[in-house]
Amino acid sequence: MEIIFNVMGNTLIAELLGELDHHAADSVRQRIDSALDNYRAQNLVFDFNKVTFMDSSGIGMILGRYRKMGEKDNNMAIVGCSKPIRNILNMAGVFSIIDYYNTAEEAVEVFDRKEVS
Amino acid sequence: MGKELKVQLEGILENQGLARAIAAAYVSQADPTVEELTEVKTAVSEAFSNAAIHGYGMKGGTVNMEFAFTSKDTVMIKIMDKGVGIENIAMAMEPLYTTDTGQNRSGMGFTVMESFMDRIKVDSKPGEGTAVTMIKKLDTYYGI
Repeated sequence: MEIIFNVMGNTLIAELLGELDHHAADSVRQRIDSALDNYRAQNLVFDFNKVTFMDSSGIGMILGRYRKMGEKDNNMAIVGCSKPIRNILNMAGVFSIIDYYNTAEEAVEVFDRKEVS
Repeated sequence: MGKELKVQLEGILENQGLARAIAAAYVSQADPTVEELTEVKTAVSEAFSNAAIHGYGMKGGTVNMEFAFTSKDTVMIKIMDKGVGIENIAMAMEPLYTTDTGQNRSGMGFTVMESFMDRIKVDSKPGEGTAVTMIKKLDTYYGI
């Protein structure tokens, strides 16, 4: 799986491309964690627009990052999931703790507003 | 009969993509919807990774997969390993139950299989291995 990282202000956007399964999850985790450290990002957005397949490994990957970031006062969001991927994340109640937006820009806007207020 | 497929794969995570590609190719014969195909691929992906991660503890071993149509539009998929087996099947199938002490496994594998397939049966004996049998009726165009 490929990851394209983009930084907008304090937010790291991780655009995932391809198939996310247990085989891919380990390296995805490591690359996102080191990017978070490198950019000293406060907020994280997972962009799923170009994910063609995901199994339950995605839940563990997202919740693992959530726990890691939750230790500080950070924001996290998920954007652009296909219906099957949203189904899987819903099964574990991921969206009850992490917000969903249609686009990364939208998520960044919400984060910015939070910081101002 | 005559349409059965038996495949033997090494139970390592590198083969997870191949396992679900084989499942997709087999099920495609019944002209399923894109959504059904994704559901079957996901369920097979979960069962195969369970065998590799839990059954064989990431050390590899043989995974057998069997595919059959029990009727024109109903597919049966069996995924078997000869790994450590499951002590308490009911507990293993509980949503969010995981043996992982780290924070990276979700414990949702069986829940995903149950949601995406119509029926699932798990046979397992500690020390002997695990067999997961899943059945799904496909809403094929010609079946309407």
